[in-house]
Amino acid sequence: MIGVALKLAFRELQRNLMRSILTMLGIIIGVAAVIVLVTLGSGATQQVTQQIASLGSNLLMITGGKRMGPGQSASAPAFQLADAEAIIREVPEIQGVAPQASASSTAIVADQNWGSTVTGSTADFFTVNNRQIAEGRVFTASEARAGAAVCVIGETVREKLFGRQSPLEARIRLQKLSCEVIGLLAAKGQSSMGTDQDDLVVVPLRTFQRRIAGNNDVGMIQVSAGDGADTETVRLALQRLLRARRHISAGEDDNFNVMDMKEIANMLSGTTRMMTGLLSAVAAVSLLVGGIGIMNIMLVSVTERTREIGIRLAIGALEREIMLQFLVEAVVLSSTGGLIGIVLALAASKLLAALLSVPWILHLPVMAEAFAFSAAVGIIFGYVPARKAARMDPIEALRHE
Amino acid sequence: MSAAKPLLELRAVRKTYGSGEAAMHALRGVSLQIEQGDFVAVMGPSGSGKSTCMNILGCMDQPTAGQYLFEDVDVGALTRDQRTLLRRHYLGFIFQGFNLLNRTSALENVELPLIYRGVGAGERRAAAKRALETVGLTGWEHHMPNELSGGQQQRVAIARAIVTQPLLLLADEPTGNLDSQRSREVMDLLTEFNRKDGITVVMVTHEADMAAYAKRIVHFRDGLIETDRATGNGS
Ligand SMILES: Nc1ncnc2c1ncn2[C@@H]1O[C@H](COP(=O)(O)OP(=O)(O)OP(=O)(O)O)[C@@H](O)[C@H]1O
Ligand SMILES: [Mg+2]
Repeated sequence: MIGVALKLAFRELQRNLMRSILTMLGIIIGVAAVIVLVTLGSGATQQVTQQIASLGSNLLMITGGKRMGPGQSASAPAFQLADAEAIIREVPEIQGVAPQASASSTAIVADQNWGSTVTGSTADFFTVNNRQIAEGRVFTASEARAGAAVCVIGETVREKLFGRQSPLEARIRLQKLSCEVIGLLAAKGQSSMGTDQDDLVVVPLRTFQRRIAGNNDVGMIQVSAGDGADTETVRLALQRLLRARRHISAGEDDNFNVMDMKEIANMLSGTTRMMTGLLSAVAAVSLLVGGIGIMNIMLVSVTERTREIGIRLAIGALEREIMLQFLVEAVVLSSTGGLIGIVLALAASKLLAALLSVPWILHLPVMAEAFAFSAAVGIIFGYVPARKAARMDPIEALRHE
Repeated sequence: MSAAKPLLELRAVRKTYGSGEAAMHALRGVSLQIEQGDFVAVMGPSGSGKSTCMNILGCMDQPTAGQYLFEDVDVGALTRDQRTLLRRHYLGFIFQGFNLLNRTSALENVELPLIYRGVGAGERRAAAKRALETVGLTGWEHHMPNELSGGQQQRVAIARAIVTQPLLLLADEPTGNLDSQRSREVMDLLTEFNRKDGITVVMVTHEADMAAYAKRIVHFRDGLIETDRATGNGS
């Protein structure tokens, strides 16, 4: 019986191919959306986690401003180089401290120019951020102290300004500063946030302050804790020191933030999780709408086929057999939509993963769930039309035209 | 003829549609016995209750009052599913409007009642082919109803009705949509099934020519049986 019903259902689907496809669209979109989002979401999460692991979980970042809520801050006095020096002196279990200030600037070499970000920092910048030197060297302590006109550039900047040539010993102009390229950083690729980590120019902090910014402000301080040090202990020590240096009295809130990488990792994966959740809700609504579409078309189909139902009932079809026939039809419709959605999602997520350069992770349970869900939509929304068909009076149905 | 117990028996059957002022009395107390192997033509003016009576005999409708016994079973006491099973196993229907499933081949139309009987695919196909052969439609198995003439469609419908070898064949104006040549072909088939296979036939018709094929003619008027006489065919 169920075999015959399946055959009939597929025949019916074929006969009204256009209508069937339009009806399935809601389910197709819903299922495809869920799978694409889960696939990309988990890919992104995995990438963030890996990147943070590669940065080292012992990195802390100090930024200015009061924490008002997630992502918000009020203005507060900038840090000074002296703050960084104090940290080195007074906080135990510290490996490196990289005070930083940055600005966007156009880098010019002869007739080539490229808009990039210039960061002023100390030599610790490279160790703290795990950046390797591909060619040349980083600046020396004396160059840093003197504010020498030297810079280290990223791979993207080299490519844009020098093509395939070595940039070493060439001079780059950054606003009013003309500096010599002494080092090239090894390429690192895109970050999890999609920014190009190789699009940067690093100069000594003092050089940046005097020749580019025109002030002594330090925007951010990166601190790497020593191996085996508890980042939470370090974080508290940093907080205590900076509160004292910034003269914050006991009852007052911090006007700076000390974040460790773990916290940032949690924040990022929390964001992706929230996005996935939100968009899954959209997908669920789409499935619901798809289900209503199926119910609608099944009701139309039952009315159109009243005479057929009358013939079947007269000839000896039981109520439950008519019911089964129409339920199977609805389920075939919805689960075919589900299957198409899965196939589309695989293709789309593969493409998007490549475009966004996140890893593509195949989630079999999610696909099985999506398929089961689409079939369930067919049962739930096919029930009312199927019951309507089964309860018809054969005499009335045969008279129908 | 009166020795055996009847196959069907209507006892003072009434059928009323609606109620109160608007009540429509389609049958006002019909009593009728039909023996196994009989061939009954039901005649009467339009609105006299012929179709209503056929629907009750076909277990598709229930009397408002009175009793319908099918082989001594009180059909009025059966559930909807039980009546459906009765139709499935013992009855065959032929309609005025053919009522074939469209976009479904002649063969599949004839197979339909066997599907609900749970007959396996191979056996089903063979039986349907045989039935089409008896109605003279060999070679037309894979045509759709809209590719067949009215006479051919009605023969497919007849094949569908007899493929299960029913006890009782009910036909409500089976020749109503056919010309006289096609009508005679249909009547010859019905007569043959009645004579050779012993299938009891009850048929509604407006035409005396067609009624003449039967063994017995029952006349309805205003929801009552007016006359009930043998034609002399059944000897
Ligand atoms: N479902 C219904 N609801 C209300 N009245 C009905 C219904 N079915 C039949 N009737 C009425 O019952 C009466 C008998 O109808 P029936 O169909 O049995 O007549 P008939 O003898 O078959 O007529 P015809 O020769 O035109 O087919 C008619 O007056 C008809 O209007
Ligand atoms: Mg009638």
